[in-house]
Amino acid sequence: MYSAKVMEHFQNPRNVGEIEDADGVGEIGNPVCGDIMKLYIKVKDNRIIDAKFKTFGCGAAIATSSMVTELVKGKTLEEAEKISRNTVAEALDGLPPIKMHCSNLAADALHKAIEYYRSRGKTKDQK
Amino acid sequence: MKKIYLDHNATTPLHPEVLEAMLPYFKEKFGNASSIHGFGREAKVALEDAREKVAEIIGVSSSEIFFTSGGTEADNLAVKGTAFANRKKGKHIVTSKIEHHAILESCKFLEKEGFEVTYLPVDSQGLVDPEDLRKAIRDDTTLVTIMYANNEVGIIQPIEQLCKIAKEKGVYFHTDAVQAVGKAPIELKKLNVDMLSMSGHKIYGPKGVGALFIRKGVRITPLSHGGHHERSRRAGTENVAGIVGFAKALGLVDKEREDQNKHLKNLTQAFYKKLVESIPDVILNGDLNRRILNTLNLSFKGVEGESVILSLDMKGVEVASGSACTSRTLEPSHVLSAMGVDPAIAQGAIRFSFGRDNTMEDMEYVANLLPEIVSRLRSMSPIYAKKG
Repeated sequence: MYSAKVMEHFQNPRNVGEIEDADGVGEIGNPVCGDIMKLYIKVKDNRIIDAKFKTFGCGAAIATSSMVTELVKGKTLEEAEKISRNTVAEALDGLPPIKMHCSNLAADALHKAIEYYRSRGKTKDQK
Repeated sequence: MKKIYLDHNATTPLHPEVLEAMLPYFKEKFGNASSIHGFGREAKVALEDAREKVAEIIGVSSSEIFFTSGGTEADNLAVKGTAFANRKKGKHIVTSKIEHHAILESCKFLEKEGFEVTYLPVDSQGLVDPEDLRKAIRDDTTLVTIMYANNEVGIIQPIEQLCKIAKEKGVYFHTDAVQAVGKAPIELKKLNVDMLSMSGHKIYGPKGVGALFIRKGVRITPLSHGGHHERSRRAGTENVAGIVGFAKALGLVDKEREDQNKHLKNLTQAFYKKLVESIPDVILNGDLNRRILNTLNLSFKGVEGESVILSLDMKGVEVASGSACTSRTLEPSHVLSAMGVDPAIAQGAIRFSFGRDNTMEDMEYVANLLPEIVSRLRSMSPIYAKKG
């Protein structure tokens, strides 16, 4: 069912963990739907310099979380914002149609983390 | 890589003696049982011998055994057939929330056709309360259908009591015994059910064949029209090879049932003990005692089901899960939901269903793999907090 790349990311996920003083955190999903992803990012000079994840979910959920952290590291916020569900799925050599929602979640968690960072930034400026 | 199969509730491998028994009917004895020539008569004899055998094992007469393409068809025939045949009497059916989809979808279909269905709740162990049944039966109820043993958590319902209540009110009682056959007694001289479904591939028999017991006098409308096979209840040239295999398989599980139950009890008890001792926060779904002895449905807190299945599969071990990610509809197990199991726990449920081919060595191998698998997944989980 899964591509070799998905299996690789499932067996050896990159960037598992939390960032204590994260600049952005994106949490998505809930126990009812069976997927919970938490994505942490560290931002410097408009670039994502570190990303970590924790995921409760299936093989595809873990693989897409892992892949998204790999994709964003080193990218500017604008570049990261362009990462979509399809980007993640393609980077993994495709996902079974029924698992595409997992790549949605990964992309959504990333966008939420960036949004969190941006909104925090605004509050700081307003002080 | 060694392969260990622990998904016997999904399907079972063919017993070698069953294959033996079936082969002639794929080869030289290929006749159509309805033909009047020699080939036909030979097939017919085999068909009726099989029917006789099945009837004898469960304690009924052969005229009450109807062969189908499996458990799903038997369930469809029982539910829809009874509903349609008795619709002048009433249009209400009672079932439970934890039935197999073959029953639930048949009921949903009937609802679209103007029937009413009451889905009885279950308690946290998965048991139907007989009093709930008593209250649910109305004057226009024509059928009660409640499964004998549940395929996901293994729970055995109080079928005798439930059947008695239905009979007292003059309502037909059907039970889906697909998971119970070979594991719990099926003695219809004592158990007063009107209909009972069985399936070949759950009892080390072939796929594509099953049977529905229909007590004499029960009216059903056939779903399949054509020839007058199965006393005009189910048209279609008989799958003689399959039916011969089914009867052989039934005979074998019936003979081996007590010994197998001892073996399976040892396996599941030892397995559960090992896991609980080596892994924190293991949750058993369903009652430990009122169950078919081969089934253990466990959740590992903080960990999702499919990721465990995938990890085990990578090591050659095959199990099933109730998580949304493993179902085609992305919905979690309806059985666990009905039992009130917390959604996060239900998403982590793994079903281990042992069989006659599993050994203590198999059990230990799997039990030794799990601590590391669970621990790795927990380290990635945002919802599992390590204690201490």
